[in-house]
Amino acid sequence: MRISSLIRQVVLGSGLALSLGITVPGHAADDTIKVGVLHSLSGTMAISETTLKDTVLMLVEEQNKKGGLLGKELEAVVVDPASNWPLFAEKARELLEKDKVAAVFGCWTSVSRKSVLPVFEELNGLLFYPVQYEGEESSKNVFYTGAAPNQQAIPAVDYLMDQGVERWVLAGTDYVYPRTTNKILEAYLKQKGVADEDILINYTPFGHSDWQSIVSDIKKFGSAGKKTAVVSTINGDANVPFYKELGNQGISAENIPVVAFSVGEEELSGIDTKPLVGHLAAWNYFMSVDTPENATFIEAWHAFTKDSKRVTNDPMEAHLIGFNLWAKAVEKAGTTDTDAVEQAIIGLETPNLTGGMAKMLPNHHITKPVLIGEIQEDGQFAVVWETEETVPGDAWSDYLPGSKDLKADWTAPIKCGNYNTKTETCLGSEGM
Amino acid sequence: MSSSRHGTRGNAPILAKLLLFLTCLTLTTGLSAETLEATLAQLAERSFKVKLEAVESIATSEDGRALSILEALAAGELYTWKGVPRVVIGRKSGRTMHLLDPLTGQALGEGRAKKIILNNAMRVALRGAIAARTLSSPDPAARLGAAREMLGDTSPAATKALATQLEREQDAEVRAAITLALAIARLGAQEADTRLAAVTALEASLYPEARNALLPLAEADPDPAVKAAATKTLEDIDQLLAWNARAETLFFGLSLGSVLVLAAIGLAITFGVMGVINMAHGELIMLGAYTTYLVQSALPGWIDYSLVLAIPAAFIVSGLFGIAIERTVIRFLYGRPLETLLATFGISLILQQLVRTFISAQNVVVQNPSWMSGSWQINPALALTYNRLYILIFALLVFAALLVILRRTALGLEVRAVSQNRAMARAMGVRSERVDALTFGLGAGIAGVAGVALSQLTNVGPNMGQAYIIDSFMVVVFGGVGNLWGTLVGGMTLGIANKVMEPWAGAVLAKILVLIFIILFIQKRPRGLFPQRGRAAEG
Repeated sequence: MRISSLIRQVVLGSGLALSLGITVPGHAADDTIKVGVLHSLSGTMAISETTLKDTVLMLVEEQNKKGGLLGKELEAVVVDPASNWPLFAEKARELLEKDKVAAVFGCWTSVSRKSVLPVFEELNGLLFYPVQYEGEESSKNVFYTGAAPNQQAIPAVDYLMDQGVERWVLAGTDYVYPRTTNKILEAYLKQKGVADEDILINYTPFGHSDWQSIVSDIKKFGSAGKKTAVVSTINGDANVPFYKELGNQGISAENIPVVAFSVGEEELSGIDTKPLVGHLAAWNYFMSVDTPENATFIEAWHAFTKDSKRVTNDPMEAHLIGFNLWAKAVEKAGTTDTDAVEQAIIGLETPNLTGGMAKMLPNHHITKPVLIGEIQEDGQFAVVWETEETVPGDAWSDYLPGSKDLKADWTAPIKCGNYNTKTETCLGSEGM
Repeated sequence: MSSSRHGTRGNAPILAKLLLFLTCLTLTTGLSAETLEATLAQLAERSFKVKLEAVESIATSEDGRALSILEALAAGELYTWKGVPRVVIGRKSGRTMHLLDPLTGQALGEGRAKKIILNNAMRVALRGAIAARTLSSPDPAARLGAAREMLGDTSPAATKALATQLEREQDAEVRAAITLALAIARLGAQEADTRLAAVTALEASLYPEARNALLPLAEADPDPAVKAAATKTLEDIDQLLAWNARAETLFFGLSLGSVLVLAAIGLAITFGVMGVINMAHGELIMLGAYTTYLVQSALPGWIDYSLVLAIPAAFIVSGLFGIAIERTVIRFLYGRPLETLLATFGISLILQQLVRTFISAQNVVVQNPSWMSGSWQINPALALTYNRLYILIFALLVFAALLVILRRTALGLEVRAVSQNRAMARAMGVRSERVDALTFGLGAGIAGVAGVALSQLTNVGPNMGQAYIIDSFMVVVFGGVGNLWGTLVGGMTLGIANKVMEPWAGAVLAKILVLIFIILFIQKRPRGLFPQRGRAAEG
């Protein structure tokens, strides 16, 4: 969900978009099952998405070692949409029409997902989307394996409230994900009795680097005698100068903790984390979680990348879960046909890396544990709080007036992504 | 909801909690050695609630060893020994971990141990507990820190400790801090006279704790005299705060302005003096920032000094690139602005790709030297961050140096001569081609120097230059093409205007408003703030 510079996008997008279509060598088309990988390998999003491409390649390789699927070998088809949103749609069409892939694993930013959505619906393909997002969507053709707001933002706010926080700064980058998330959070906080004057909302452009007045405002807002916290939906590399400015102006996590939804191990790997110790992040997976499943996964990742320093992160786990669920669904259905797999996958379960099971729900979201971690000196997170059970992902927020009555259910008889429980009608594509 | 690990407590913590309960009841009896040991074991628990209770009970302990344990915990030196389930002090040397007994300091040999993780609530409790214990420390700096930490703590224990320390305190600064802390605590006193005296003592205090403590008194104190005094004091404080806020905004504006001036000043030479529309200007800044990174990587142990070394290095690297660009491309395109624009845009893409290929497509980490971190606390309400302060001074120095070069040196004279009338200058024996190359190199070199400064404020990546190219042109056009003073005044004006608008308009809208303002301004005065006069400007 991060873009570091829109300007670059506009300037370079059309000009430099390299239309690479790398096909990993495999067998003839008939005895293989093709899996599409739709992640930016160049442009601004490459930083985050390249790792996810490697993750899918690793999963395909491992599945083939286990004998493939339905007696056939899997074959990954990698394309590069180059951080260019319209190109995402073109590449998706190419994967579905030309390569006839059985499923696609891809996208990071919400805008790229919105761009490919009509293509997947028109050509009836399957997309597994691995990143936390703002919710308010459920498509028959998309499986959301990242967190919905109720699996990340709301629990994080609950945790801070429990820690005695009474004043809230909602700081975000100026685009759809932070704006929707903050709208939900604002409604939630007000419902919990937080007064208007105890909420400060602030938006900044992509790649913002001059944080002095905003941090100073946060400092003033936080010195009114009530415990204050910052809920940050700031995306991409703007986080680096933001955290630096916090340190320089002497705001420590003990005074005003910052809980971030888009800062993970990968993002911290380039920052000096000593001044950030104690600031928080809410995710569904941390590399530091001590379980046998996670140890195996990290070991496999290091072996696959031949680099023992590579970190793992939340969207990687989401891809792992999505891939395992898809593989199980294909085996259950006995075919890779979209409609059969789409029906077979609902209700299937696979283990999370952090304990518990991930279950695909009728609304195409999954159950996830919610973890809150504090940044440590070594750039890892130490879990300070977690939910006792997994939380089912909610496509439509209960805290927004427009979506309160909506629910998504792709099982018979409803079979609808935005079913209004009051009027008992399906809004269909107009309601999306 | 606070913890899912409630069920995992062992027997020892329950015992410890019981003992803690008893201690809390009497408050006078200290924890015995066994209790301290039991509480220590509690720190090894997973639940943060249990751990927090342990910290609190160690904090109230009168055992002399408690402070060293609290300090070790705060410093992250406490571990749980794997195998032997007990809390130990761990000191890493290389790959081996030396373990010590936290109570006796006795060495326990080497072993594998797991660090005890803190959360924010524990850190706050630790800080408070350590402060309360260091209030009587022989080190005045530690006492001062402790007194500041206890500001706003109105518990009777804290008030008593502060009052005791005040009686024997010699250091004037510490006395002042303790008096302030006491005054805040005494605002809640029963007697109206004590409260009145406390309000008077808080006159003109800019500490937010003081203001917050005065607020309820000004609103609803039963004693009218206290209420009036508190209201008056509060008004004075608010007025002082408003002035400090204005000073802060001015500093923020000047700081943003200094960044704009630094980024634009190289362009003021290449575009302003030579008339070349150089779209690769941002990439020359980027090259300067990458030079900083390379210098830092080459001298890993010299972070505090390498930044100073990077300034001449960046000037040379970007300057040489500038000269190369001028010699190979731009000199064939003089007088053809559209072609120059396109060619230099192409060069900017090439330079970006060069960095991506040879260094990395990802951002690189440029470290901040210690003297660039932190802030200069002028008063409790006003602090200037060192990095911004130094960069502001640096921008002014660069500007002054450039002014001297253009006004006082032979090169400067030739540059001005060529830019005003090329043919006449050539007739007088000026080698105009050499002057062109050197001027462009100078402008590029200054862009490189700007890159060194920007590397301390923003991300260093292949596309960082793109963020500054538009701003740079904006400043030069607004200030008046060909006028260095115009660039300085223009940059500072835009910086201040941006920061004055930001609090009420938001960062996004403030930027848009500034852009609209410039467009309107250019309509009215096409030649900028300081237009060039004379015959040269006509052509």
